Amino acid sequence: MITVQVKLFATLRQHRPGLGIGERFPVELPDGASVRDLTRQLELPEEQVKLIFVNGLFQDLEHGLADGDEIGIFPPVGGG
Amino acid sequence: MPKILRVNMTDRSYAIEDLPEKYKLLAGRGLTSTIIHDEVDPLCHPLGPNNKLILSPGYVTGTSAPTSARISVGAKSPLTGGIKEANAGSGFPPSLARMGIRAIIVEGQPEEKDEYWLMHLTWDSEVGQPSVEFLPADKYLGKNLYKVFPKLFKRFGKVNIAGIGVAGEFRYGNSGLVFDDTKGRPARYAGRGGLGAVMGSKGLKFIILDSDGAPGVEMADKELFNQGRKKVTAALMEHDITKPKGALNTYGTAVLINILNEAGGLPTRNFSSGRFEGAAKIAGEAIFEGNKERLGKELYNHACSPGCIIQCSNTWHKEDGTELVSCQEYESIWSFGANCGIDDLDVTGELIRLCNAYGLDTIEMGTTMAVAMEGGLADFGDGEAAIDLLRQVGKGTPVGRILGAGTATTAKVLGVTRAPVVKGQSMPAYEPRAVKGIGMVYATGTMGADHTQGYTICPEILGVSGKVDQFDRDKADLARGFLEATAFIDSCGHCLFIAFAILDIASGFEGVVEECNGVLGTDWTMDDVGRIGKEILAKERAFNEAAGITKKDDRMPEFMKMETLPPHDVTWDIPDETLDAVWES
Repeated sequence: MITVQVKLFATLRQHRPGLGIGERFPVELPDGASVRDLTRQLELPEEQVKLIFVNGLFQDLEHGLADGDEIGIFPPVGGG
Repeated sequence: MPKILRVNMTDRSYAIEDLPEKYKLLAGRGLTSTIIHDEVDPLCHPLGPNNKLILSPGYVTGTSAPTSARISVGAKSPLTGGIKEANAGSGFPPSLARMGIRAIIVEGQPEEKDEYWLMHLTWDSEVGQPSVEFLPADKYLGKNLYKVFPKLFKRFGKVNIAGIGVAGEFRYGNSGLVFDDTKGRPARYAGRGGLGAVMGSKGLKFIILDSDGAPGVEMADKELFNQGRKKVTAALMEHDITKPKGALNTYGTAVLINILNEAGGLPTRNFSSGRFEGAAKIAGEAIFEGNKERLGKELYNHACSPGCIIQCSNTWHKEDGTELVSCQEYESIWSFGANCGIDDLDVTGELIRLCNAYGLDTIEMGTTMAVAMEGGLADFGDGEAAIDLLRQVGKGTPVGRILGAGTATTAKVLGVTRAPVVKGQSMPAYEPRAVKGIGMVYATGTMGADHTQGYTICPEILGVSGKVDQFDRDKADLARGFLEATAFIDSCGHCLFIAFAILDIASGFEGVVEECNGVLGTDWTMDDVGRIGKEILAKERAFNEAAGITKKDDRMPEFMKMETLPPHDVTWDIPDETLDAVWES
């Protein structure tokens, strides 16, 4: 098993009631798990998972996770 | 036939001219930049009588096209010494367009430096054209714009306002042009480049616009226009970023704080880090939830200007539920927040409110504040000291006058080498060492460091119009493409934020072109977008070159090449040849 630290932003926080803004929480996953496995375990609707940062680097759903990774997940957002 | 209103502030005369044939297909930035190119001596002093201030609404401004109440303001910039276009949304632009005025050109200068006038622009139904009256503006000088705007509405009724605050009177490089928002607040700015100082140098304090009775925008093909309008509307209503209760409507532009922070590209403490530990406290999510807590209900954002579907403008409330300020934009929260080490929305809100009261560009003022902190005038994170320094800018104390002159000048005065500027203008809220394409836009664009001239953040960070690696260094084509497309969008009269939708939804972009064809009677295709953008940029670059700005000015500040930026430990490592390739290939 691996343990990763996860942050959910904007509307995605609704899927984890009580989660603070920018607050991270640990998630245990099987070895070799991908970002997609993580989003499924968290029951995030895939069409709302737009931007994934793993340790500050943009990754896709297929990206393999390692123990201790920090993951930030965003729905479609824009501004300026 | 569209008109040009030419105003001479030397003797306060004016003329209403037919729009020359050669300008028929120009509006917004395309027209402001062309008139500057054609009529302004590139070597003139920006605050002297030979500079001209030009205001032009876009092609579709004043029509029923959604999110299209924008105006371009242009002049030779006192901050950059080059050409400038700053853009704002307000009720003012559509009112001006409905009078059939494609541009106001303000030229000349009163003999007395402290002479200020108010220009009352109305529609004369008897002769069927605009009418101008000049009135003394003395009683509005030196005052808080939040106090002055209600007096103007009381005196003139249902009008729109363009003007300057004390920042323009002091001729600050940090001054902008203020416009009224939908609730009459002095809150919408053509902020960048010190254009408020240019308006001040003309002795013009306010333009009061009453379009009652005006005929509306002439249209060559209403059916085609409507076809286009429907496509644009559909794209805005559909896209996750722009739709009602979508990201912008819910969280405002500050939804970007967390994402740039995650990406390691949120400039922090005067561009010394790409990540701010207090980001979550000043993010769009914190505004939404803070308002909910203080008001006891959810508050979605409002339109900054009439006819906007996106509605991204927020209002921040005090603990007692009364309004502190509208609007805490991403750029403003960042400049006074992360970039000054401040993690308190009440403090950023107060600083933004003071900028609105004084007539200041929040980006340039916040980056100046951070340089002042680095230079020892206050500690990073000290909100009270920041508020005190900003009040000095408003009062015009000696320290305030220095800070008002801008980021580059303040860095020089204080001996700070970390001056995040290009062509004299400060960078906005994206760290170029961590997001290379936007850095190329800062370096090579005609405006100095400015994200709105080519928002490559769409593909580099947001995954809009595809996704490219933020660290990829081969982005000359990307930068050029965005610079060109943006020069067109800045001319059409739509808010730049429609790009989020139309870059992903092709029919939306087609719709914009059809709207323009409907108004102008042209038969432009998507190919003309790039052509028109190129032509505008060529004029801007020609003006800049004649003003003494060369490719040696298309460069990043030295410290970014030498200092590594946490958390990704990156430097600015784009070769100069790659920068030059933006224009030379």
